[in-house]
Amino acid sequence: MSAADPMLEAERVLRICSACMYCDGLCPVFPAIDGKHGFDLSDVSYLSNLCHNCQGCWHDCQYAPPHPFAVNLPATFAELRQRSYADHLWPPILGRAFRASSLAVPATVALALLISFALVLGTGSPEALRATHAGEGAFYRVLPWPAMAGLAAATFGWAVIAVTLATLRYWRTIAPKTTISEIVRALPVALSDIITLRHLGGGGPGCHDHDERTSQRRRILHHLTAGGFVLSGLSTIVASAYHHLLGVMAPYPVASLPVMLGLGGGVTMTIGAVGLLGLEAWADPAPSDRGETRLNVAFLILLALVGASGLAVLGFRSTPAMGLLLTTHLGLVFGLFAALPFSKALHAPFRAAALLRAAIDSQRRASARAPDAASDSP
Amino acid sequence: MLWDVTVIGGGIAGLCAAIAARRGGAAVRLLEAAPRPLRGGNARHGRNFRLTHETPLDYVPDTYTAAELRAELRCTTGDTDRALTELLIERADSIAGWLIDHGVHLQPPGTGVMPYSRRTAFPLGGGKAMINALYATANRMGVAISYDSEARSLQRAKDEGWTINVRSAGADAAIRTRSVVVCAGGPGADPAWLREKFGSAAEGWMVRGTPYSDGRLLDLLIAAGGCAIGDPTTCHVVPVDARGPQFDGGIVTRITSIPLGLVVDRSGARIDVAGAGSQPTHYAKWGPRIATCPGQLAYLILDTDGLARAAPSALAPITAPGLSDLAAMLAIDPAALLQNIDHFNATPANAARTITEPPFAAYPMRPGLTFVHYGIKVDPTMRVVQADGSRHDDLFAAGMIMAANVLRRGYLAGLGITLSAVFGQIAGEEAARHVRG
Ligand SMILES: Cc1cc2nc3c(=O)[nH]c(=O)nc-3n(C[C@H](O)[C@H](O)[C@H](O)COP(=O)(O)OP(=O)(O)OC[C@H]3O[C@@H](n4cnc5c(N)ncnc54)[C@H](O)[C@@H]3O)c2cc1C
Ligand code: HEM
Ligand code: SF4
Ligand code: SF4
Repeated sequence: MSAADPMLEAERVLRICSACMYCDGLCPVFPAIDGKHGFDLSDVSYLSNLCHNCQGCWHDCQYAPPHPFAVNLPATFAELRQRSYADHLWPPILGRAFRASSLAVPATVALALLISFALVLGTGSPEALRATHAGEGAFYRVLPWPAMAGLAAATFGWAVIAVTLATLRYWRTIAPKTTISEIVRALPVALSDIITLRHLGGGGPGCHDHDERTSQRRRILHHLTAGGFVLSGLSTIVASAYHHLLGVMAPYPVASLPVMLGLGGGVTMTIGAVGLLGLEAWADPAPSDRGETRLNVAFLILLALVGASGLAVLGFRSTPAMGLLLTTHLGLVFGLFAALPFSKALHAPFRAAALLRAAIDSQRRASARAPDAASDSP
Repeated sequence: MLWDVTVIGGGIAGLCAAIAARRGGAAVRLLEAAPRPLRGGNARHGRNFRLTHETPLDYVPDTYTAAELRAELRCTTGDTDRALTELLIERADSIAGWLIDHGVHLQPPGTGVMPYSRRTAFPLGGGKAMINALYATANRMGVAISYDSEARSLQRAKDEGWTINVRSAGADAAIRTRSVVVCAGGPGADPAWLREKFGSAAEGWMVRGTPYSDGRLLDLLIAAGGCAIGDPTTCHVVPVDARGPQFDGGIVTRITSIPLGLVVDRSGARIDVAGAGSQPTHYAKWGPRIATCPGQLAYLILDTDGLARAAPSALAPITAPGLSDLAAMLAIDPAALLQNIDHFNATPANAARTITEPPFAAYPMRPGLTFVHYGIKVDPTMRVVQADGSRHDDLFAAGMIMAANVLRRGYLAGLGITLSAVFGQIAGEEAARHVRG
C-alpha cells in the first residue's frame, strides 16, 4: 500500500498512526499528531526532526510489513529529514552538495587536506614536515600562525554562519506563531530534552540498535561523541585564550587546561564515534534509510579521524612524525568545519528547533487543559 | 526429544503459559503458526488490559477493586463458571506485576495521550511491544520457540503424553511431549468456519485479528470428545472500513464516527439501531446491524462539520462536493440518498446534527469480527473437560479458546488480554506441576 512520493507516504502513514496512537508513550511525535486529520509540508518537516530515530515505533508497530498497511515510520521520517535539511540549507545552492553528501563531505575534506599540505610545503620547506620540533611555538614552525589561524577562522566562521542561517530558515518553516515569552518559558524543557536526549529513551527503556531489545547504548555513545566534540571545541577556545591573553604559545604541557580538555574530548569523541559506527554496521536495515546511513557514516568517520589525529599529535608531538600528523589533523579540522553546513551536523540544530517547538506546543496544550481562572472572576 | 510441556499458539496466553511452565522447571516448546513478524496473535492489536488494585500504582491511577470487577462481570456476561471467574478476579490483581517482571513496560498515567483509566493499564508501545518483550523473555529463559509451525493434529501417545503433528515450511514433523497446553486462540478467522456458523452472510465480513487463529484446534479438541461451551453464533462485531484488509485491520479500521452522521445501506435506505447512542459500546451494536444489510455493506454519510468532529481514520473518507456526486461514487441511487438525507435532516437522530455542509464524506462499512463467544470447557486447573465429564491430566487449554467459560456474552474493555494472560499463566504452572511433580 505504500506510496512512492515520500510526502504522500508520510501522509498515508501518519493518518494510520493518528487513528491508532498505540505508540503515544514512546516519543513526542505521537502527542504532536493526536487528532490530526491532515499533514502539510511544515508538519512533516517538523515531525521528521522531532523523531529521534529510536525505532521503537518500528518494532512495536502492529502494521509493520508484511502487514498490507506496511507502516515504517522511522524510515519514512529518515527520508523526509534529509529532504528537510536539503530544503533549508544556506546558501540554498548547497542543497545540491547535500544531496550528494557522501561524496561532497569527503571531497571537501580532501580539498582541505590538500590545502593544508600545500601551505606547509609552500611556507616552509619539505623538511618542516620531517624534522623534530620542540619548545614553544613548535607547531607554528610547521604551519605559520597566520595561515593556521586564518584557515581556522575562515572555515569556522563559514560553518557558524551557514548553519545558523539554515537553522533560522528551518525555524521559519516549522515555528508556530510564538511570542518571546512563550519561547523563554519553553526553553528549560527544550534544553533538558536536548541535553539529555531524552527521546532516544523510547519512553523509558531505551532505543533499538538491532532488534526488539532496547538499550541505552546509542544514547550513551552519542553523549560521548557530542560531549567530546564540545570538549575539543572548548580546548581550542582555551588555547586561543592562552595564546592571546596570556601570550603563551602551543604546544602546552600535558597538565595544562587546553591539553587536558583536548585529550578528554579527543578520547571520548573517538570512542563515541567508533562505537556509533559499530552500531551502524550492526543496525537492522529495515527501519533505516540508506541515504541517512551514508550521512551518518560520513560524519562519524570524519569525527573519528579528527579525534584520532588530534590524539596522535599529542602522543607523537616530540617525534619527527609531528609535522605530518599536525598537518593532517589541521586539514581534517578545517575540512570538518568547511563541510559542516551540508553534513549530518545539521541534525543538531534542527532537532533542537523541533524540540523547542514541541515544548512550546505541549505548554499550550497544558494551558488549554487547565481550568481558565479568569473566566471564574466576575 | 520428549518435551515436558508443548504450548500450541504464541499469543499472549501461549507466552504466559510457556514462561510459567519454564519457571516451573519444565522443558518447554512453543509452536506458533504465524511467521516471526506476525507472531503474537491478537494481543498485537490490544491497547490496554484490565486489572484490580487497591491503591494507585505507577501505571494505573486511583483504585479498582475485586468487588467492582466482580459486579461488572456479573452484569455483563451472565451465567458463567463461578470458580474460573473467581480465579480470574484473584489473578487480575497480580497480572500486571507478573508481566512487568517478565519484561513488559507499562505506560505511566499522564504520559502520551492515552485516556484516563483506573480499570486498565497500557503497555508502553501497545500490545505488540508487550508481545515482543514476552518473546524476548521466553527466549532468554530457554523456551524453544518455533515460528511458521502449525499444529495440525494431536494424538495420545501409546506410552505417555501426546504426539503433535506440526507443519513447518510445508514439511510435517511429529513432536513428542508429556503435556500439551492449547493456546490457539478463539475460532473465527477461518472464512469456512464462519460460513458454516453464520451462513452466506459471513462472506461480507472482515476479521479484525490474526488470520492464524482459525479455530481448527478447537474443532480438533471437540471432535476428540472435548466439551464445547458457549454459542458459536454470538460474537463481538463492529463496523470497520470496507476498504481495509480482510484480516488484521486491528483497531484503526474501526469506524468510530457513526453518531456524527447518517448510515444508509447500498440502496440508499436509512438504517438505524435503536438506543445505540454514542458510548463506546455503540460499535458492538452497529456491527450486527450492518451484518444484516444487503451485501453486508453500509455507508456512513457525514458533512464537513461531522467530519471535522470525527476522530482521524486510517483511510481517508471518500469525499465529493455534492450529495449526488457522492451517491454516484458509492454507486447508490442518488434520489434515494437525497430523499433519506432530507428526511434525516428533518428528524435527525441526535437533535443538533444535520447533513448540510459540503463537501460531503462517506465511509463504506462492513462487519468486523473481534471474537466469538465459543470455546472449550476447562476446569480450574485449565485441564480440558470432555463431554462425558472426564479429563486428561496432561491436556490443558487457555486464553481466548476457553474464554466462553467466563465470558458468555458481551465484553468488558481490556478483559481479553487479562483473561488470556491469567489463564495462560495458570495452565503453564499446572502443566509444569504435572510433569515435574
Ligand atoms: C482488533 C482487536 C483489538 C483488541 N483489543 C483488545 C484490548 O485493547 N484489550 C484487551 O484486553 N483485549 C483486546 N482484544 C482481545 C485480545 O487481543 C485477545 O483476547 C487475546 O489476545 C487472546 O489471546 P490468545 O493468546 O488467547 O489468542 P490469540 O491472540 O488468538 O493467539 C493465538 C495464537 O495461536 C496461534 N495458533 C493458532 N492456531 C495454531 C496452530 N494450529 N498451531 C500453532 N499455533 C497456532 C496463532 O498464530 C496465535 O498466535 C482485541 C482483539 C482484537 C481482534
Ligand atoms: C542539539 C544537540 C543534538 C541533538 C538533539 C542530537 C540528536 C541526535 C539524535 C536523536 C540522533 C540519532 C538519530 C539519527 O541518526 O539522526 C543523533 C545522531 C548523531 N549525532 Fe547528534 N544530536 C545533537 C548534537 C550532536 C553533536 C554536537 C554531535 C557531534 C558532533 C552529534 C553527532 C551525531 C552523530 C555522528 C550521529 C549519527 C549516529 C548514528 O550513526 O547513529 N550530535 N543525534
Ligand atoms: S507506528 Fe504503528 S502501532 Fe505505532 S501508532 Fe503508528 S500505526 Fe500505531
Ligand atoms: S522512531 Fe522513535 S522517535 Fe521516531 S517516531 Fe518512532 S518512536 Fe518516535
